[in-house]
Amino acid sequence: MNQIFHPSANVIAKASIGVLIVLVGVLSVFLYFFVRSSWMTGVNISEPQPVPFSHLHHVRQVGLDCRYCHTSVEEAASANIPPTETCMTCHSQIWTDAPMLEPVRVSWRDNVSLEWERLHDLADFVYFNHSIHVNKGIGCETCHGRVDNMALPMKVNTLQMEWCLECHRNPAKYIRPTDEVFTMGYAETVPAGHDPLVEGHELVAQYGIEVGRLDNCSICHR
Amino acid sequence: MQLGQTEKPIGGDLPVVEPGHTYRSVSEKISNIVLDIRTPLGWFVAFGSGSILLMMYLISIAYLFAYGVGVWGINIPVGWGFAIVTFVWWIGIGHAGTLISAILFLFRQDWRTSINRFAEAMTLFAVVCAGLYPILHLGRPWLFFWLLPYPNTFGLWPQFRSALAWDVFAVSTYGTISAVFWYTGLIPDLAGMRDRAKVPLLKMVYGMLALGWRGSSRHWHHHQALYLLLAAIATPLVVSVHTVVSFDFAIAQVPGWSTTVFPPYFVAGAIFSGFAMVVTLLVPIRKLYHIEDMITLRHFDVMGKILLTTGLVVFYGYVTEAFTGWYSGSIYELFLFMNRFTGHYAPFVYLLVFCNLVAPQLLWFRSVRTNMTLMFILSLIINTGMWLERFMIVIISLTADYLPSSWALFIATPWDWSLLIGSIGLFIVLLFLFVRTLPMISVFEMQELIHNTEHGH
Repeated sequence: MNQIFHPSANVIAKASIGVLIVLVGVLSVFLYFFVRSSWMTGVNISEPQPVPFSHLHHVRQVGLDCRYCHTSVEEAASANIPPTETCMTCHSQIWTDAPMLEPVRVSWRDNVSLEWERLHDLADFVYFNHSIHVNKGIGCETCHGRVDNMALPMKVNTLQMEWCLECHRNPAKYIRPTDEVFTMGYAETVPAGHDPLVEGHELVAQYGIEVGRLDNCSICHR
Repeated sequence: MQLGQTEKPIGGDLPVVEPGHTYRSVSEKISNIVLDIRTPLGWFVAFGSGSILLMMYLISIAYLFAYGVGVWGINIPVGWGFAIVTFVWWIGIGHAGTLISAILFLFRQDWRTSINRFAEAMTLFAVVCAGLYPILHLGRPWLFFWLLPYPNTFGLWPQFRSALAWDVFAVSTYGTISAVFWYTGLIPDLAGMRDRAKVPLLKMVYGMLALGWRGSSRHWHHHQALYLLLAAIATPLVVSVHTVVSFDFAIAQVPGWSTTVFPPYFVAGAIFSGFAMVVTLLVPIRKLYHIEDMITLRHFDVMGKILLTTGLVVFYGYVTEAFTGWYSGSIYELFLFMNRFTGHYAPFVYLLVFCNLVAPQLLWFRSVRTNMTLMFILSLIINTGMWLERFMIVIISLTADYLPSSWALFIATPWDWSLLIGSIGLFIVLLFLFVRTLPMISVFEMQELIHNTEHGH
């Protein structure tokens, strides 16, 4: 009787088991990093905006406070994207004919809002509130990064749930005094030899944050 | 007993194999079912009607995915409708296969030999039907992998304190072990099919599946060791899987659920329904393929006894449930008991009592156990009864628990029914594909059986 398979089939059969294991391993590792990659999360990618607004210029060079534009950050869920009027408080006086600002003037003249490309877009089933974070000592830069260094707005954190929980499970690592919330580069201002974690635990106690409750499902999903 | 005298087996007048079979005749008869004989018309009828039901299943799933679980009758308070009832029913049916192939193997029961392959296949397909149900029941079924513990981006594990997470492990372990066990048993027979097949493509396919089996004593040695090992691994699963399923209910506080008798009572019920399904399937199939000489009246006699025994255990479970309900003095437990027998679903409960308790008493009679028509009808009755039992447990408790203001009835919609009946179609299609493509009786174990009957050891 003729053999159905060539002797090499033995090697191929055994090798295919090894290949399968390696493939599954490679695929798992790939998926692990893929779902956390910029391609999936949009971290460090700036979208084209109607006007290339530079936080670097306005915050660092001009010295505007965050709240000058993001007016409701201390009282409301949304920090507020400023209306064209806010831009025009200055730009009706300076850079009045800069070509870059033409969309702003058009918006002002035609009374049509600028349509910014949203970068920090949480899923709708997450009830996020800016005011509670700001009032309990979570700095702007903790989530939004060094905005004062960004020539173009971009996201620096994934906003994935594991990232939220990283702080909700141990807020002492990230908390700061409430009067430092709007400070950029707070870590550099902490004097040497001063352990921020010790201060963090003190602040958590002082602000009445119940750490055990912070990772309850219903804190964010209501 | 004198040396050389063979021990008369119990039920000896009903042989496990009809006399006259040799190694060769067994092997030819079984493999010819797949390779040589014309596929009987009955196969096309069964496969065809199964395919129609399968189509209905697929349409039901498509509609479900498009419109969500609201197409079913479920709502608050009855959030677990047919999906969970039928899940428990299917997973229970699977248990007979594992019992036959693993436990009866370890106890060296010779009558398991000609039905174990078939029963294991039934287990696998029942697990498929069962496993799909909880996934379909998810609001977003395409995210079913969230049930598994893996390094996800939520920074969360599944809730390990929930019996629903245990279910995932119980059912997936069960499916895996059943598949491996079944396949291991198939390897020598696949090699036999490879050697008997005449079409080159079939030779290739069976050859690949046979994993290079040559039947050397070294192969057999390893095979027997592995098979015994897998039987030992599969044995606790017969008990553990349905125990975990019963925890879905037993660890909750709902009246009628929170009972310690649930695990053994569920396991007995599972074996009860599983053997009923084996009977339902084997009666027509042995006739269709004229294998009455291998799956004999002896098998039905023994399975009838098992049905009777497990049926009585289930009866004991009902009595214990009722007793603990009464003994607890809890008005909620007492109300539940009354609600079962006098409430909206009372006809179902009386039908259940008839199906699971009254009808199986016929099995006390040997003339019933060896009458194929009666056995077939009884097995259908028992299968219906076991479905109704799960309906009673899941639905009635949920419709009326502690707070009368939140009571509501569950009324199944056509989509509930179409998915239930469709899942039976999936089962039939898988089973008849198996019968058509693989040896449904274990050839090498049959040969071993003939060897043992001839040589008396």
